[in-house]
Amino acid sequence: MKDLIEVTIIDKDGTSNTLQIPTGISLSLMEVLKGEGYPILATCGGMALCATCHVQVIKGYEKLHQPEDQEWAMLDTLPNYTPQSRLSCQLKIDETMDGMEFRVMGEDNV
Amino acid sequence: MLTLHTFLVYSMIQTDICIVGAGPVGLFAVFEAGLLKMRCHLVDALPQVGGQLSEIYPKKPIYDIPGYPEILAGDLITNLMKQIEPFKPTFTLGERVDSFVRNDDGTIIVTTNEGTTISSKVLVIAAGLGCFEPRKPEVKDLEKFEGKGISYMILDPEKYRGKRVVLAGGGDSALDWAIHLSEICGELSLVHRSETFRGAPDSAAKVFELAKKGKLNLILNSNVTAVSGNGHLESVTITNNQQENTQLFVDNFIPLFGLTPKLGPIAEWGLNIDKNSIVVNVEDYSTNIPAVYAIGDINTYPGKLKLILCGFHEAALMAQSAFRYVYPDQKLSFKYTTVNGVNAF
Ligand SMILES: Cc1cc2nc3c(=O)[nH]c(=O)nc-3n(C[C@H](O)[C@H](O)[C@H](O)COP(=O)(O)OP(=O)(O)OC[C@H]3O[C@@H](n4cnc5c(N)ncnc54)[C@H](O)[C@@H]3O)c2cc1C
Ligand code: FES
Repeated sequence: MKDLIEVTIIDKDGTSNTLQIPTGISLSLMEVLKGEGYPILATCGGMALCATCHVQVIKGYEKLHQPEDQEWAMLDTLPNYTPQSRLSCQLKIDETMDGMEFRVMGEDNV
Repeated sequence: MLTLHTFLVYSMIQTDICIVGAGPVGLFAVFEAGLLKMRCHLVDALPQVGGQLSEIYPKKPIYDIPGYPEILAGDLITNLMKQIEPFKPTFTLGERVDSFVRNDDGTIIVTTNEGTTISSKVLVIAAGLGCFEPRKPEVKDLEKFEGKGISYMILDPEKYRGKRVVLAGGGDSALDWAIHLSEICGELSLVHRSETFRGAPDSAAKVFELAKKGKLNLILNSNVTAVSGNGHLESVTITNNQQENTQLFVDNFIPLFGLTPKLGPIAEWGLNIDKNSIVVNVEDYSTNIPAVYAIGDINTYPGKLKLILCGFHEAALMAQSAFRYVYPDQKLSFKYTTVNGVNAF
C-alpha cells in the first residue's frame, strides 16, 4: 500500500500543480483542494448539495466509483457539466487516485 | 403639487432597521430588535426567506440548535417566522441590495436592483456567504435580454400565463417548475443536455408523463446555444448532440442551473473586508461605518465560527448597540422575556 499519492490539479487559469497527498488521512478531494487554497466555496461542507466543488477528471475517470443519486442530482444542475464531471467532496482520497488529474471547475463567492 | 422629491420620500419604505439578508440570522435579528421596540424591513435576493437553509438544505436535520436535539432546516425557518411575527417585519424579496447612501440627518437609504428604496436609521448586513445568484449558461447575448424575456428565477409564475416558455436544466428546480408551469404556459418546452434526469426520479417520471400527454415539449440531448430578438427575446436556438440546430420562437427563456452565493455589491460599500467577509468589532458586531452592523456568516473576527448559533448571539448584541441610533434620547434597560413578555407591535 502506498502512503503518499500524487494527484495533479489544473487551476481555472490553466496552471498545473502536482500535489503529494498522504492516503491515511480520510479526507475528500474537496477538503484537500480547500486546504491547498484553491478558490472553491464548498458551501455545503461536502454533502453534495451545492456543486461549488465541481471538478473535471482529466485522467483516470474510469477508476472512480459511480456517483450516487444526490451527486447526479447536483451534476444535472450545472451549466458547465462535462461527461467527466464529478463533485470533489464525493471523492475520498485513496491509492486508486494515484496519478489522476483534475481540473477545478467549481466556484468561489467572489 | 407632488414634487419628485416628496414622491420619492412617500414611496420609500420607512423603518428603524433595514436588514440585508433574510437568512436565519437576519430573521432572528428582527426578534432581538423587536424586544427593544425597533421595527425591521428585510431584503433578500431570493424569492423566499431562510437563506442557505431554504435554498440548499431545507430537508436536512440540524443537531446543534440549543434546545432542539434535532430540527429540519425548513422547520427552523418556519419557527423563526412564527417567533418574529409579533414584530410585524416587512419584506422585499427577489431583489438585491445594490447600494446605500447616508443623508445629512444620518438616515440610511438603501437601493435595490429593482429601484426599491428603504430609509432606516440602522443598516444590518446579514448577507451570509453573499447574494444567491443564478449560474448562467455560456450563451452569447444572454445578458442583453435579461429582464426582456430572459430570467433565472421564477418569482411570479402567473407572469407566464399563456406565454411560450423554454426552460433549461435538469435538476430538481427545472423539473418542479416544468410540472408547475405546464398548467400555466401557452406552450412550454424543457431542454436538457442528457437523456435522463438522474437525481430526481419521481419528478422526472411526472415530466415524461406530461410530455406524453402533450402538455410540455421535452427536448433531450440538447442545449440552448443562442438567443435572439429585437429589444425583447424572440427566439432561442437549440442544438442537439448531432450538432443539428432548431430555432424556437418564444416569449421567455428561463435557464435553471441552480444558485450560488456571490459577495456581489457588498464588496463596494467601503467596508473593511478580509477574505470575502466583513471585519467587525466583537463588542457589538459594528463595522467601520457608523450605524452599519454585520452579523452571521458574512462577518469575521478572531475565532469566528460560521454557525447559526453564533449568528443568533451576534444578533442580540447588535440590537442592544443599535438602540442608541433608533432612540438616541432613551436609556436602554435590559429585561428578560420571562419578565417582560413579548410585546407585539
Ligand atoms: C448543507 C449545509 C449544512 C449546514 N449545517 C449547519 C449546522 O448543522 N449547524 C449550523 O449552525 N450551521 C450549519 N450550516 C451553516 C448555516 O447554514 C449558516 O451558518 C447560516 O445559514 C448563516 O445564516 P445567515 O443568516 O448569516 O446567512 P445565509 O443563510 O447565507 O442568508 C443570507 C441571505 O442574504 C442574502 N443576501 C446576501 N447579499 C444580499 C444582497 N446584496 N441583497 C439581498 N440579499 C442578499 C442571500 O441571498 C441569503 O439569502 C450549514 C450550511 C450548509 C450549506
Ligand atoms: S462541497 Fe457542496 S457539493 Fe461538494
